[in-house]
Amino acid sequence: MAQFRAQVFVTLRPSVLDPAGVAVQAGIHHLGYTNVQSVRIGKVVELNLEASDRATAEAQLTHIADQLLANPVIETFRIEVQELATAAG
Amino acid sequence: MSHVLKVGIVVFPGSNCDRDVAYVTSEILGWPTQLLWHEETNLSNYDLIVLPGGFSFGDYLRCGAIARFSPIMAAVEDHAAAGKWVLGICNGFQILTEAKLLPGALVRNRDLHFICDRVHLRLEAKERPWLQAYGHQTVIRLPIAHGEGCYYADAATLAELEANRQVLFRYADAHGNITPESNPNGSLNNIAGICNAAGNVLGMMPHPERAADPALTHCPSDHTLDGLQLFKSLLNAAVA
Repeated sequence: MAQFRAQVFVTLRPSVLDPAGVAVQAGIHHLGYTNVQSVRIGKVVELNLEASDRATAEAQLTHIADQLLANPVIETFRIEVQELATAAG
Repeated sequence: MSHVLKVGIVVFPGSNCDRDVAYVTSEILGWPTQLLWHEETNLSNYDLIVLPGGFSFGDYLRCGAIARFSPIMAAVEDHAAAGKWVLGICNGFQILTEAKLLPGALVRNRDLHFICDRVHLRLEAKERPWLQAYGHQTVIRLPIAHGEGCYYADAATLAELEANRQVLFRYADAHGNITPESNPNGSLNNIAGICNAAGNVLGMMPHPERAADPALTHCPSDHTLDGLQLFKSLLNAAVA
């Protein structure tokens, strides 16, 4: 078995309003950066998992993201997986 | 012919309107009522299952996203598939969309506020069983209390909901006009409540259980019993 670290990035679909993003954009403008034209807020979920190989880990993560971490009606997701070096040589 | 409905009210960790619903169905209507912990798996005894309002699992990740995987939800799906009544109120509506028992999703209110208010609703699709006890009434008023009540669905889903007459409640003004000003949270098409195509599963953001106690009524026209009619409608439907 191998150890993996994964990050799942969840973002709202472009068709869904993001009022929190609009509010943060207003704050950025008040900070002085009026050149910032849009802000969208998402989530990052970090997971550590054990799996027989990378393909298995990715398949499981895709299922987890599709079923729970993201709601496909309003969100999309992207997964990054990194295999961790095993401690024992 | 039955004059009562057997009611099961699901209690998730973080539900907080479960006892309000139980007070209405048990104390006011006199129906046998049971609170059901979310690990329950047998619902064969009940006519109506209510998913109450609250903040199940702390609203973490998305409202209703974690409750959807509670053990009881498989039984709720079976109950719905058998054509029996399922009512999701507020957080219960959010759970029903997450569980795909109703289409669309509920996202953050347009203006980011948590809204605690009373709103007028136009009754749509009055042929649906849930609205049978309202008679000639076309506008009701119910309390709302939510931060994520903005109904969203893609254009095709919205068109299907409208074509099938699945929208039961729309935010309106006191005269029943559907206006942008009467939309408290940015919901598409001013949608406040929808049912599934078969009509036995209803999700709504307003709280009918908070407008159901005759002790709080001052006059017949003050809307304080507008929520009670929703529950009574199901009895009419069962008798019909």
